[in-house]
Amino acid sequence: MSRNGMAIEANDLMKVYSRGSERIPAVNGVSLEIQKGDFISIIGPSGSGKTTLINLLGCLDNPTSGELRLGGRPIFGQGKRLSERELTQIRREIFGYIFQNFYLIPTLTVMENVILPLTFYLKPGTDEEAAKLLRLLGMDHRKDHLPGQISGGEMQRVAIARAMVNRPEILLADEPTGNLDTKRSGEIVEVLQGLNRNEGLTLIMVTHNQELARHANRMFEMKDGQIGQIT
Amino acid sequence: MITKIQVAYKNLLRKRVRSLLTLVGIALSSWVLVSLLGFNNGYKTALSKDIDNMGFQLMIMAKGCPYEAATMMLKGGTGLKYMKESIIGEVAKEPEVEKTTPILMAAAFDPNKGESGGVAVYFGVDPKTFSEMKPFFKFRKGAWFREENAYEAVMGYEAAELEQREVGDMILIPGKNVQFKVVGILERTGTQDDGTIFVPLKTAQKVFGKPDEITTLGIKVKKGVDSARLEERLYQLQDVQVVSMAQVKDTIMKLISTAKVMVLSIALIAILIAMVGVINTILTSVWERFQEIGILKTIGAMPWDIFKLIWIETLILCTTGGVLGVILALILARVTDVVIRSVLPYAPGGGLVLIDLELVLITLAGIMGIGLVSGIYPAWKAGRIRPLEAIRGEASR
Repeated sequence: MSRNGMAIEANDLMKVYSRGSERIPAVNGVSLEIQKGDFISIIGPSGSGKTTLINLLGCLDNPTSGELRLGGRPIFGQGKRLSERELTQIRREIFGYIFQNFYLIPTLTVMENVILPLTFYLKPGTDEEAAKLLRLLGMDHRKDHLPGQISGGEMQRVAIARAMVNRPEILLADEPTGNLDTKRSGEIVEVLQGLNRNEGLTLIMVTHNQELARHANRMFEMKDGQIGQIT
Repeated sequence: MITKIQVAYKNLLRKRVRSLLTLVGIALSSWVLVSLLGFNNGYKTALSKDIDNMGFQLMIMAKGCPYEAATMMLKGGTGLKYMKESIIGEVAKEPEVEKTTPILMAAAFDPNKGESGGVAVYFGVDPKTFSEMKPFFKFRKGAWFREENAYEAVMGYEAAELEQREVGDMILIPGKNVQFKVVGILERTGTQDDGTIFVPLKTAQKVFGKPDEITTLGIKVKKGVDSARLEERLYQLQDVQVVSMAQVKDTIMKLISTAKVMVLSIALIAILIAMVGVINTILTSVWERFQEIGILKTIGAMPWDIFKLIWIETLILCTTGGVLGVILALILARVTDVVIRSVLPYAPGGGLVLIDLELVLITLAGIMGIGLVSGIYPAWKAGRIRPLEAIRGEASR
């Protein structure tokens, strides 16, 4: 496997939280290689460390130890630790995030929410992306609505469009269907799958729903901070 | 593209009442500040205008408190002491003197004036020398009386309005049973002259029973001459005192400055309160949006972007509040004038509150500066929110 084809390489990643004198390893020696254009899902019970892992992979947090490379570039490891500023820089260049709670800005319209990232960081050639994404996600007829006027499934579609507007290399989805019913959950995963297949997007999805997780190319399970591949 | 200003503005609309109340606080303090600075500006200008419009730089009056005398003169009051007319000749001999004009002030209680009667102020003046001292007087109608013994009167603008007299009408001096024919009505000057009725000196001396006596002698000093020396020599004259108008101006300004310091302190306190209000509003709104702000960082916002976003919110509040305050001050300048006038021991004629463009710009710049300072802490706090803490909902406040 060529190193250039790697989106994420994690080697013996550890994240240890301290509670008083107790040390809790939320992520305990995880090694993982994810190729560009791959779609992996991570399942596991609550407290298994899957969200902590995705936060480490997505540069939202520094690991306690271990190594992380993004696109072959070393991010953590061998004494290297990034400042919040550097993490933000990497995040905006490489990642898109979607969360269970959507986190749309309630005072901005659907369209404004989608183009908000461009206010802070404009990748060349992304000007037309917002309108294209809203069409692709079937939300262009709702573009002038406020988040409070659309359904949960629609809000998550908007959140996906917002995460995608700056053309990220990797999309991290943490329980993207956690607040949706079965039908809407299926629709959202199909949308994500479509982005992976058609746009070549690298996709990492954390979910507790095994059925949805099966849409991924590879499925992993977290247990007590450790990871194992299921399929 | 959506700009940071649009995002900030829309966020302020989220809690409309809270934003509105903060805005009202800033607007009120801006109003107080503009009005007080406007008063500072206006009072000085009005006083200078009042004093400069007297046309003379020095006055000679019978002995008494010079400032009381000057104030009464400015207020158009009476109860003054009298001096012999012969003083005119002695003063005119001085080489520094260009012109003199004698004045006899008198007042008569008019039961028909206003609701409960009032004092009508009469100035007996020499038509020739007085009009020379006041070349800026413009007549709305008519002209100066020519005869020094004539029973004719020139009315100040407000006096004519109050008495409802036109040129050709007669006015009766209450209690004296004497009638004057109105021969001229002056344009508004914005000074105490507006409320005065001018009559010929000789006639006034006769009517008010003060033959050969005057209350004041106005002296115009030659250009480029040291009036201090002249003042010294005039002090040698018996039973008179010399009042320099520059001195009067200084003294009144000094008296007023104490009041000014007090009101400016109140204005500063008002601004401080508004500032705390702004900090509180923005800080509360930052904590309410803790997760949202964290998420903004996951979609590409750098700490400085968040800082600017929050700073812009403060700036919008302060600028809008500041502008509203200025508009309020301009609309209510007349009311402020009346209120200030009612509490001051002496207020010159004309507008006391003078708000000009420079003052408006300085105030707005000041309020915006205060806004920027108030916004630093909440904006800094917001800029430091880490996305991970926000997602977990762990605010380390």
